[in-house]
Amino acid sequence: MIKIDKLSKQFGPFVAVDNLSFTVQEGEVLGFLGPNGAGKSTTMKMITGFLSPTKGKVTVCDYDIAQDALAAKRLIGYLPEGAPCYGDMTCASFLNFIAEIRGFQKVERKQRIQQVVEQLELQQVYHKSIDTLSKGFKRRVGLAQAIIHDPKVLILDEPTDGLDPNQKYQVRDLIKNLSQDKIVIISTHILEEVSAVCTRAMIIAHGKLLADGTPDELAAKSPHHKAVTLRIEKGEGALEALSELSQVSEVKEIDGGRALLVIPKPNQQVYSAVSELVQQRAWTVDELFVQKGHLDEVFRQITVGSVAP
Amino acid sequence: MMGILFKRELASYFSTPLAYIFIVIFLMLTQTFTFYMGGFFDRGQADLLAFFNFHPWLYLFLVPALSMRLWAEERKTGTIELLMTLPVTLQDAVLGKFFAAWVFLGIALLLTFPIWITVNYLGSPDNGAIVAGYLGSWLMAGGYLAIGSCMSAVTSNQVIAFILTVVICFLFVVTGFPMVMDTVSGWAPSSMVDAVASLSFLHHFNSISKGVLDLRDVVYFSLMIFSWLLATAIVIHMKKAN
Repeated sequence: MIKIDKLSKQFGPFVAVDNLSFTVQEGEVLGFLGPNGAGKSTTMKMITGFLSPTKGKVTVCDYDIAQDALAAKRLIGYLPEGAPCYGDMTCASFLNFIAEIRGFQKVERKQRIQQVVEQLELQQVYHKSIDTLSKGFKRRVGLAQAIIHDPKVLILDEPTDGLDPNQKYQVRDLIKNLSQDKIVIISTHILEEVSAVCTRAMIIAHGKLLADGTPDELAAKSPHHKAVTLRIEKGEGALEALSELSQVSEVKEIDGGRALLVIPKPNQQVYSAVSELVQQRAWTVDELFVQKGHLDEVFRQITVGSVAP
Repeated sequence: MMGILFKRELASYFSTPLAYIFIVIFLMLTQTFTFYMGGFFDRGQADLLAFFNFHPWLYLFLVPALSMRLWAEERKTGTIELLMTLPVTLQDAVLGKFFAAWVFLGIALLLTFPIWITVNYLGSPDNGAIVAGYLGSWLMAGGYLAIGSCMSAVTSNQVIAFILTVVICFLFVVTGFPMVMDTVSGWAPSSMVDAVASLSFLHHFNSISKGVLDLRDVVYFSLMIFSWLLATAIVIHMKKAN
């Protein structure tokens, strides 16, 4: 369990993280969402013990990161922002170095390295120096380094940044397969990633926690959650008829007037009413579906709405 | 743990051209100083005084060139974040880096062995004194290096680290020179004048270059290394808080 207790970090007059408290349980994959400069990376740096907080306390599996730094760091695998690696080393010697630091003896070290090389498909660059690798490979070397000791706590700062869509898919798969009994924290501003891998999402802006819930719960905060999109081929007076339904709060023309978006009143369903109306009036309908609500709408709504104090 | 870091650091010198360039320049400069400026042959004596005499000045520029990257480079490339979140103590990291650079300097110093062969071929020198000279020189190099380590931790800019190191090392070399002592001796009590003079690298290296390894000089350079490495650790720890 990771426990963050009233964590604050100030850089001079600038407050990067402001009184942040939360806990993460085993088995959770937590996604940190937030605009650039929201304090995501700073929070991660404090959890991993790279920065000391101005105020507050971080406990990683019962170890206080300030008091028992070494014990806590043994449990953590960390991919820092930008995946820094020693560029003058080859991938092989770098992974060997990390495995040595992680305390693995010869035979196990070999096995561990082989395993992560296969997991992240590093075979073809294994003997190349890291400086010569592409951005995608560098990122994967960084990930390999973070998971080599099968850590209990995995903290990844923008793990899929700079990867192509196939590689992104692979890395997300890897994270999903890892996370049965682990604690995983990833930061990202790719919202689809949160829906794809996270069991819990947190939106942070200006160092403050603005929203916390499952990705679905957050998406439900979208004004378009459960709205119905209706694409009508032939149907007179649809806009007016739909507006008169008791459950509807608003009907908008979207897509240049070729489709209608029916937004329900809070906590109301409109799908059945709309489909009934379609049948009654015998409109020819191309498309009729319920919107799930988009995380990015929620994200924008929450982060733009909050102005820095 | 320190051993693993030490090994990685030392290997990293040789994985780039840096090590080879450094060693070649070091050897060229030691030879030039010894034979042309030191008048090795003209002195007509079978010792290496002409060789050791120039080491404080040689180290003044070469050691900062080596030490400037120790921490500044890690900070610049962000690998310091990787290093400091691995299960290593700050002490191990500081010592591992320092010893790797120090051993590297030792290797460069050992590669000057042809001059030792030369002097043995030409005459019969006191080889014990020469060994003492080598050890003393290496110890002094450690002092320069520890200062460089601290300055490298202060900034992420290697050029600034280089310049700061040269300046501070220069101050430690020239204290004890008449021009420095005169500015102090005018107003300070004599005990303080002595204290300032005894801080000088030259003061302590003088007898070493003649082949006398005095315990006081060994203690001086060891303390120098210890204090500057401690300062390095403090600087890195303070940077963690902001």
